[in-house]
Amino acid sequence: MAVTRYCTRTYLQDQRIFPSHSAKISLTLFVIFLVLLPAFAGQYLLLVASLCGIATISVLGLNILTGYTGQLSLGHAAFMAIGGYTVALTGEHFHLPFELNLILAGVVASIAGLVVAIPSLRLKGLYLIITTMAFQFIVEYVLLHWESLTEGERGIPIHAYSLFQLNLDDRSQQFYVVLVLAIAATILTKNLAMSRTGRAFVAVRDHDIAAEIIGVNLAKHKIMSFIASSFMAGIGGCLYAYVYQRITPEIFTFMVSIEYVAMIIVGGMGTVVGGILGACFMTLLPQFLGLIFGPLSSAYPFMSSRLGAINIMIYGMIIIFFLLFEPEGLFGIWIRIKNYWKPWPFKY
Amino acid sequence: MDAMQVKFLAMGIINGFAVGAIYALLALGFVVIFKATDIFNFAQGEIMMFGAYMAMLMSNALVGKLGIVAAFTLAFLISSFTTALLASICEMTVVRPMLGKPVLSIIMITLGLAFVLRGGVEFIWGPEELPFYKPFRDAPLLVQGVPIAEVRLYTIVTSLILMGVFFLFFKYSNKGLGMRATAEDQETAFLMGINVKRIFTMSWAIAGIVGAVGGIFLGSTVGNLVPYLSHMGLRALPAVILGGMNSITGAIIGGLILGVCENLAGTYIAPHIGGGDIKEITSYVIVLVVMMIRPHGLFGTKEIERV
Repeated sequence: MAVTRYCTRTYLQDQRIFPSHSAKISLTLFVIFLVLLPAFAGQYLLLVASLCGIATISVLGLNILTGYTGQLSLGHAAFMAIGGYTVALTGEHFHLPFELNLILAGVVASIAGLVVAIPSLRLKGLYLIITTMAFQFIVEYVLLHWESLTEGERGIPIHAYSLFQLNLDDRSQQFYVVLVLAIAATILTKNLAMSRTGRAFVAVRDHDIAAEIIGVNLAKHKIMSFIASSFMAGIGGCLYAYVYQRITPEIFTFMVSIEYVAMIIVGGMGTVVGGILGACFMTLLPQFLGLIFGPLSSAYPFMSSRLGAINIMIYGMIIIFFLLFEPEGLFGIWIRIKNYWKPWPFKY
Repeated sequence: MDAMQVKFLAMGIINGFAVGAIYALLALGFVVIFKATDIFNFAQGEIMMFGAYMAMLMSNALVGKLGIVAAFTLAFLISSFTTALLASICEMTVVRPMLGKPVLSIIMITLGLAFVLRGGVEFIWGPEELPFYKPFRDAPLLVQGVPIAEVRLYTIVTSLILMGVFFLFFKYSNKGLGMRATAEDQETAFLMGINVKRIFTMSWAIAGIVGAVGGIFLGSTVGNLVPYLSHMGLRALPAVILGGMNSITGAIIGGLILGVCENLAGTYIAPHIGGGDIKEITSYVIVLVVMMIRPHGLFGTKEIERV
């Protein structure tokens, strides 16, 4: 975890949400930019922006679990799938309103998180990874083969929905919903990270036995972080289902779980900003790759069947690159640039 | 149970052993690397897949010049060698800098490696199914009246021989002793004059060889190759968990148990639940149950930690 706050002398200073005035100003400007985005962005760009927002919500959840609490999970996509399918089933069978669906998706996913968390309390590291991976594969299998409930490969279509009389078929209105929820998720995570609970999470990550000796209730905090993480994953999955208007088992595969872990590695482990950066980076990456390889594959027909292979290779190379050369991720790069300019033109 | 059902069960168990032998080879690859370097290699399935594709390339090239058996044998050897080489290169370039890093970083780097290998294989050979030449007859052999496909018998026999060779290697050879010493304590082994770096590379090379052998037999059993084959690597993970991370015999037994369970589940449970191939997730269900009862694997020992 990168050191982000220098010169804090009191706890009050350390617990501020914004580390400095300039951070407050730049964040406000950023939010204003996002609010104004639908005014000049096209439909496609808005869709991509919504996907970034959804990935942000979900990756912040994974960051609570893996980045802060140190519980490694390769099953994040399974929780997203549970959230998404909850929405599809409640929305289509019971015609519940959007707001209720959203909460329900989170709650059902966090119940699933609880179910995974309780047996996982005794597991650590590698064993936990393999258990969550097993959970991911089982969920994938059930979604694919429980045809009477999930319609198998065809998936479930999700029809138009509305929120407070707003028709959310429109991309820009979808974007606003995602934006509000993403900002809420960010504030929530930041707040959680800076509270006693968040510090307890970090203590569990850094050394669980030492944390227990200081008086952190291990079981309670591990379960709490699992629940928080899967709640946010459920919300993310729910929004994903709404934006795509159809949910199929192929959306939330093991690959997606790996991608989410890659996001927190690329962005920077255990930091909120890092999570957001990683989510945006990994969501925009396929779009960039499409921009580069789209024309190439139309020029060379041989390429078109190899696109998947190239994409997957680039993903792997990015993961390897960040782990080998930039273990603190994009956030680490950002902090380094900032620290370089702080005393400029002096060396230090 | 009448005679027919007994035969059916015997067939299921022997076929299960054949699948289990492949799992055991994969698990052996995992455990050899984990024991020597403390690195858990998620790319083992991809290494196996590379071995299978290499063997296909070689046997396709050689089958015109030599007989099919000779071509297959030569392809087998060349593929084992190249796969071992590839695994060593991966170790030296990508994995070695990660020594002593947190578990998640190590796992993610091997997953990244897996992506690169899978993408590379798919880029060269394409995502389509490719036929795999094999010298085995399609007609099943009858053992005590139980029909067994020839390839499955060869799989079991070759795997057992390979496992025996490695068992003797670890037990009696100088290098094997060095590997066991490194596994026990890397620093002490280093101080005793063992070339720890070479041991690391060697463990990956061994994993490459067993991976290639597993891949070739898997390809022969299935009859064709797709990049999706690498998922077998993940399905073999529960074998390692069953056997305990640091026990070679455990991994082999775990692999065999897993193969048999999977095959029997496919025969006896699948018809009752309907839809889908229950074999795909049997191993994951087993691992969940084992993890709940014994968090350190069936034969694994509890690690003692210091604060």
